Amino acid sequence: MANVFIWAEHFNGKLVQASREALGLGSTLGDVTALVFGKGVDEVAKEAFAYGAKKVIKADDATLADFRTEPYTTLLSKVVKDNNPDFVLAAATVRGREVMGGASADLDAGILSDVTDLKVEGGKLVATRAVYSGKVISTEAYVGSGPQFATLRNRAFKAPAPDTSRSGEVSSVSPVLSEDQIATKQVSFEESVGQVNLSDAAIIVSGGRGVGGPDGFKPVRELAAVLGGAVGASRATVDAGWIPYAHQVGQTGKVVSPDLYIACGISGAIQHQAGMRTSKTIVAINKDGEAPIFKLARYGVVHDLFEFLPELTKAFKERLGK
Amino acid sequence: MHVVVVTKSTPDTAAKVTVDASGKPTWTEAMVINPWDEYAVTEAILLKEAHKGQATILTVGTEEHNEALKQGLAIGLDQAARVWDDALVGADSLLYAKAVAAAIQKLGNVDLVIFGKEFADLGSDVHVYQVARKLGYAVLGSVSKILEIDFAAKTIKVERMLEQGKQIVTSKLPAVIAVLKDINEPKYPSFIGIRKAAKAEIPVWSLADLGLDAGTRQTQVSAYTNPPKIEGEVEIIEGASAAEKAAKLADKLIEAKVI
Ligand SMILES: Cc1cc2nc3c(=O)[nH]c(=O)nc-3n(C[C@H](O)[C@H](O)[C@H](O)COP(=O)(O)OP(=O)(O)OC[C@H]3O[C@@H](n4cnc5c(N)ncnc54)[C@H](O)[C@@H]3O)c2cc1C
Repeated sequence: MANVFIWAEHFNGKLVQASREALGLGSTLGDVTALVFGKGVDEVAKEAFAYGAKKVIKADDATLADFRTEPYTTLLSKVVKDNNPDFVLAAATVRGREVMGGASADLDAGILSDVTDLKVEGGKLVATRAVYSGKVISTEAYVGSGPQFATLRNRAFKAPAPDTSRSGEVSSVSPVLSEDQIATKQVSFEESVGQVNLSDAAIIVSGGRGVGGPDGFKPVRELAAVLGGAVGASRATVDAGWIPYAHQVGQTGKVVSPDLYIACGISGAIQHQAGMRTSKTIVAINKDGEAPIFKLARYGVVHDLFEFLPELTKAFKERLGK
Repeated sequence: MHVVVVTKSTPDTAAKVTVDASGKPTWTEAMVINPWDEYAVTEAILLKEAHKGQATILTVGTEEHNEALKQGLAIGLDQAARVWDDALVGADSLLYAKAVAAAIQKLGNVDLVIFGKEFADLGSDVHVYQVARKLGYAVLGSVSKILEIDFAAKTIKVERMLEQGKQIVTSKLPAVIAVLKDINEPKYPSFIGIRKAAKAEIPVWSLADLGLDAGTRQTQVSAYTNPPKIEGEVEIIEGASAAEKAAKLADKLIEAKVI
């Protein structure tokens, strides 16, 4: 059995969804050891077992309380060096990219980053990833030696069903850097409220210039709320200041792949497509039947969005018993 | 104060990129500066103007990446440098990062290295974190604002956009940052800027000039393929009224277990 290390990312005492996905994939490649760094992380360790880890290596220390790249990266590098696992995996989140990219350099190990598929051939990782904004797929493989690193794109792999009866051996390691050796300090963290975490969302309802102004996002938000989804936006609406940049989907925003993407009043420019074309089902709502978005969509509605969206929200409310 | 922007040229975002018969990605449109780097270049110019310092633009790549360097010079950066060596053909991100780090060391006295969020063509940002570790600098990715920077005291305070919200962090300089679109309004070159940049002499450094050898490769691309076509035609939901169309669409999505 291959020895798989997974850097398990957590926030507010819970594993992030993309780390659960990584634990699921890791378990198909070998025996998983979850690396849980932070302060007060016993619950996270338990959750890692529930999602498939066989062992946990934890580092519980005040210097690791806030996520900071240097102490996390230096510790990851040391744990990997000391244990020499076959594979080191993590979610390709903002933090995951930083920590894994850094450790892969510390150990001269290289990395396959932001992969959408990963398998092992002859002991080497082989991955596919999107290049040229998803216009081309690249197959990349390890050819070197030592531990092999990869980060996994959010929602490209399925999270397993948790089994809380599982447990295993927990060992502890100490951080490498002391507080005075760390150049960065977190001043504050302002958690965003509602409908913004696009990367993990199973359903995204997005608004484009067709919403006409900041208030035009109201019916978009209402539909998203009924579906339990997040709210996305085209760049045109972000540049106009109608909605914060955190919502932007596309080439210069976020790349998402929800189960359902509902594009409302979005024309479907190639740069917008770069961020959403891998969504499983795309619905386009646009009053112009010739809009390019209909070429990507599975279902289309040619209608004024202000008239249509409230009706759709109502229809779902009735059917979903809300 | 010395700021360095690391860039590359990429196909225009509107370009149609496909894999040709020989297995290489091809396009006909002209190369442009990596779209995320417009923000990095602009931030460097804003800093240079505010702090009366020096700003350099750097690339590791073939001559086609002069396009990005010239764009940076045309907008107002002071000098450019390019690293190229035949041993870099097909380099992985690790070797690429070593070359960038060595070039930054050769430039000397660098306080801040600025990258755009990622390279749009490679769809990758690992080089940012690899470069930082090779330099031994702190790294702050996903930066949406520089809140404070003090080159004399060697400190920086930034806002970072993470999945769950905004993190405000301070760091010592030198540091590496990767910037998002939100950070500024990009500047564009003036006619005079373009003329000046066209005449710029850009030094080219080889791996030997940087004291590096190609070493062994850890990862490599084995194939490029065109993505699968999106299957099937769009089904346009017809109906006499918005309510009728909405009911049909909701039923279809529930039936198809999308919801
Ligand atoms: C380098 C670069 C990077 C870019 N990055 C991104 C990116 O990350 N994300 C992004 O989205 N774009 C990006 N763009 C911009 C992109 O090219 C488009 O300009 C943008 O996506 C258009 O946004 P839109 O579809 O909302 O607006 P438009 O193209 O103006 O489309 C509006 C649509 O709304 C429809 N409409 C209008 N009123 C109604 C109504 N009442 N009911 C129903 N439909 C209605 C119209 O028929 C039209 O199809 C980028 C561009 C460049 C050059």
